[in-house]
Amino acid sequence: MDIVIIGLLLGGTYALMAMGLQLQYGVARIMNLANGEILIAGAFSTFWFYAGTHLSPLLALFLVVPAAFVLNWAIYRVLILPLVRRAKSQGKLEVDSILATFGLSFISVGIMLAIFGGEYLDYSYLSQPIFIFGERYGLNRVVAFLASAALCVGLYLWLHKTRAGLALRAVSVNPTAAGLVSINVVSASAFAFALGGAVTAAGGGLLSMFLTFDVSLGVVFTLKALIIVILGGVGDIRGTIVAAFILGLAETAVATLIDPGLTLAAAYVLFMVVLLVRPEGLFGRRTA
Amino acid sequence: MSSIEAPKLVRPGTGLVAGELRNLLISAVIIIAAGCVPLVFDGYALQLAISIVMYTGLATSWLLFSGPTNYIALSTAAFFGIGMYTAAGGIDLAPYPVLILAAGVIGAAMAAIVGLATLRVSGVYFVIFSLGLAELVRQIMTWLQHVLGTMSGLYVTIERTEAEYYWQLLLLAVAVFVVGWWIGRSRLGFALRIIGNDELVAVHCGINTARAKVVLFVISSTFAAIGGAVVAPRWGYVEPVVAFSPFLSFQVVIMALLGGTHRLWGPLVGVIPFVLIWELIAIYFPSQTTLLLGICFLLIVYVIPNGITGLIEDAWHRRWKRGTTPGPVQRALDGSAGATARQLQPQKTNDA
Repeated sequence: MDIVIIGLLLGGTYALMAMGLQLQYGVARIMNLANGEILIAGAFSTFWFYAGTHLSPLLALFLVVPAAFVLNWAIYRVLILPLVRRAKSQGKLEVDSILATFGLSFISVGIMLAIFGGEYLDYSYLSQPIFIFGERYGLNRVVAFLASAALCVGLYLWLHKTRAGLALRAVSVNPTAAGLVSINVVSASAFAFALGGAVTAAGGGLLSMFLTFDVSLGVVFTLKALIIVILGGVGDIRGTIVAAFILGLAETAVATLIDPGLTLAAAYVLFMVVLLVRPEGLFGRRTA
Repeated sequence: MSSIEAPKLVRPGTGLVAGELRNLLISAVIIIAAGCVPLVFDGYALQLAISIVMYTGLATSWLLFSGPTNYIALSTAAFFGIGMYTAAGGIDLAPYPVLILAAGVIGAAMAAIVGLATLRVSGVYFVIFSLGLAELVRQIMTWLQHVLGTMSGLYVTIERTEAEYYWQLLLLAVAVFVVGWWIGRSRLGFALRIIGNDELVAVHCGINTARAKVVLFVISSTFAAIGGAVVAPRWGYVEPVVAFSPFLSFQVVIMALLGGTHRLWGPLVGVIPFVLIWELIAIYFPSQTTLLLGICFLLIVYVIPNGITGLIEDAWHRRWKRGTTPGPVQRALDGSAGATARQLQPQKTNDA
């Protein structure tokens, strides 16, 4: 029971971070390997606000998220768009964007190392216990889960009920056809990329409420987000949410039952199974 | 004056052509010269030379797989670490040469598993998988050592001089080159170039693309594992965090890309300047290495996407063969179909 609830709480926060990558990879078609660094940046700035001004992490998100949006929009415009224009094929673009975002992730790690140093960071916010079914859990986990769930629902509704959301989904299905029905694919992609970055940063801010971070952890979160996106199916928000819960549960189970050092191994086992059994993901469409 | 030369097609598997004999002689001279380095230099210069031959072997073996297929493998560190651990773990059980062989076998077996799982589907998944492979193996190793109750590191003590390491690594690098040259002439190499240009075409030609990719990945990873086993005693003490440091994978990729990925000797051209520059960086900016590595990545992607060999070849064509471009088939066979594709296709503008 313990495992299930902690796993679900963790999964809910993972869902948010993976949703960010889903927007970047599913809509803007950029495999952003610097995604984890955006998450870490979100976590660190939330920490920084809390340590400096005792600003509640939840309020800090209102500053961190718009900043991440602008930053990611600029990244897309300045760094990614030239590659999109240059690419002769989707395959070439994938190689180029992987390398470029790699470079970007190293640069951000370097910059964050210079600013924040290499220590582990955590802070205690809302660390009083809360009782669910007679067991005690950290209030911060529950609050982070609720905030993340609210954001996920909001994002889902926005994507499915509004015109702008429809445009993004159209680009995700087929960029060329979206262009034909007078959707500005470039600006829609830039918007999706920026929104994805903002959502990821929000996920980082929420995760920082109960996880310990250090600068070099970004790549681990990138991997987790990627595995969730692939497990759920590229371009499918429902799948991402379900997959995030699966990963959250699997990680918690392995950490409690076997060894906390093996969380990535748990994620990899899931990844292997998906690749072998259902490479298009749980909700993905099978392509040729 | 725009006559296009008919491309010279060399059927794979034919005997030596005059040009190849010349290249072979040049290579032999370079190898012999490289073999004499420890007789002339020692100390710091020899250490640099060891780095250069080691990275040449690793980057070239990386290229064997990633060059023709365009799949960026980030797993060098994982296999290198496995090689190190094989050497360190078995040092009391078996003679050293057997361990080197064992490292190759273990590396090959693991590459086969990873390849069979990931290379049947899209290339991106492979990249992602290889990215975390080093971290995964590190976690498992740390856990195993914890469960087995041994300490976190292992000592490897063999009496070797620096010159012997140098020769061993040089031998490994030469072996990589020979295998690479042989693959380039074989049916396998031909199949891989087609896969790299257009996988769909390759499938329609009746090529078993998954098998070709897995075989190449296994070959490439085996060399990385052997490299790790060779270097292990030089480090003396092997522990998970150091042996599986993902930095190695990225450095290898950068060196190969810097040199250029469409020539077998491309990585060599990238390794030498990179090792020297990196040495300076490690001395003067030890705390900014990550930042600078990132900048290197961006510079290569945006400024020299075809590497130094690409620059050299472009300059060569401009200087000597003005008016004629290399034939489309030749370019396609070289694995740089970019220019051709651009001529044949209208530029896409709204592709996102």
